[in-house]
Amino acid sequence: MKIYADNAATTKISDTALNTMLDCIKNFYGNPSSLYTIGQKAKEKLEEARLSIAEIINAHPSEIIFTSGGSEADNQALLSAAEIGKAKGKTHIISTAIEHHAILHTLKRLEKNGFTVTLLPVKENGIVDADELRAAIREDTCLVTVMAVNNEIGTIQPIKEIGEICREKGVLFHTDAVQAVGHMPIDVKAMNIDMLSASAHKFNGPKGAGFMYARKGIRLTNLIEGGAQEKGKRAGTENVAGIAAMAAALKESVENMQAVNERLTPIRDYIIKGLKEIPHCALNGDERERMCNSISFCFEGIEGESLLILLDQKGISASSGSACTSGALDPSHVLLAIGRVHDVAHGSLRISLGADATMEEADYIIKSVKEVVEYLRGFSPVWRDLTSGKKEFIL
Amino acid sequence: MALYSDKVMDHFLNPRNVGIIEDADGVGEVGNAKCGDIMKMYLKIEDDIIKDVKFETFGCASAIASSSMATEMIKGQPLEQADQLTNKAVAEALDGLPGYKMHCSVLAQEAIHEAIKNYEEKGENKNE
Repeated sequence: MKIYADNAATTKISDTALNTMLDCIKNFYGNPSSLYTIGQKAKEKLEEARLSIAEIINAHPSEIIFTSGGSEADNQALLSAAEIGKAKGKTHIISTAIEHHAILHTLKRLEKNGFTVTLLPVKENGIVDADELRAAIREDTCLVTVMAVNNEIGTIQPIKEIGEICREKGVLFHTDAVQAVGHMPIDVKAMNIDMLSASAHKFNGPKGAGFMYARKGIRLTNLIEGGAQEKGKRAGTENVAGIAAMAAALKESVENMQAVNERLTPIRDYIIKGLKEIPHCALNGDERERMCNSISFCFEGIEGESLLILLDQKGISASSGSACTSGALDPSHVLLAIGRVHDVAHGSLRISLGADATMEEADYIIKSVKEVVEYLRGFSPVWRDLTSGKKEFIL
Repeated sequence: MALYSDKVMDHFLNPRNVGIIEDADGVGEVGNAKCGDIMKMYLKIEDDIIKDVKFETFGCASAIASSSMATEMIKGQPLEQADQLTNKAVAEALDGLPGYKMHCSVLAQEAIHEAIKNYEEKGENKNE
């Protein structure tokens, strides 16, 4: 059995998106900045995509800036908000300990440039405390940036509540919604979102396309200088095919959203229940406030990379927050932030289901993970120390 | 391109000399769970020759493969020679390891070294 279960990393492009992309590449190859018909036809494709995306998140088309993906959107949103703040003498930014590195590393860069950053901790269930966030806002706070859904443990953050607090306090609110857009309803007005980042390949669109929403009136800082594309805020000839395919993929995802949610939630819960039968393990993140496709576990006494490679041998593509999978020394900052100690965080597994996942696949996943964990524990000196009582179990 | 060579995959999927030796003459444990790698080597020694060797490893595929390969390389070898096994030799025997995984082969070298040291220390204590 072959199961692609790493949809939080990327998704397979949908037929609709692929066909849109091919049609654009073949038939709308013009440069949207050219004034002749072929160019203007490509421009039309671009603006159709902008309108469609804007309508889905309840924004105005002029508030959508196309980017190369989520990381670029995150970078531009943060640097723009920082510039705006700096001009007013406000140099404090609030974020969380569980953000994506596109946010965390940009914040590090801003710190080097004189900004002060408060990284809020999260509760054990991986959710930010909105009251704590409210208390952290200072006179000189220029930006709050909190992800909508965490990419590693799938927890859904109280974005609407945070948006309300920020609006009340007059602080800009950005959300990295890369894992959320196309998977849960987003209404930038109802949620008081000032800026938002999204990426096409997380909702069955192509890689290399994404967008940023920036509320009207927010002055953007350019990352790329050049031509007057995107109202002069993002230079470079537009990725027309990628953008059109992104809009098509988003429309399709949103249309199927409710049905996919209803179908996947019981499959997710079934896998969680099945994996919990493994001794000395723990589910990462809140049981209810999580994406319908997201499962994250820590297993004591084993290491995640070997777990992944053995699952790959069984045809399952999954992911881990182990340091060994990334070449880093420390395991996932997200797992550490929810209180998993190093020893346990190394033994993590993330399964993110595709929209077409089945119960039959769920059974195979449960069976395979059980087998692999037991096998690795069979020759783990850590497991031996734990079971012989030499060391105490953490989970 | 695959992450690991066929040799690494073979030793990871079919590790040689896995397990423990209850009455081992020397035991060496290196690494720590915090870093995500622990290797434990058990040696059975007769007439300064490694008669048997077993290992247990908590770690990634290359750590498990390095342990497995290292045990094969020292089994039947005189102690002195086994103690000179380098991490480079282990990595080469595996047809190479990705750069950031080289420390796995270092652990294998160190685990053997610690096990031999443990054996020698026991011997010294007996003589006292």
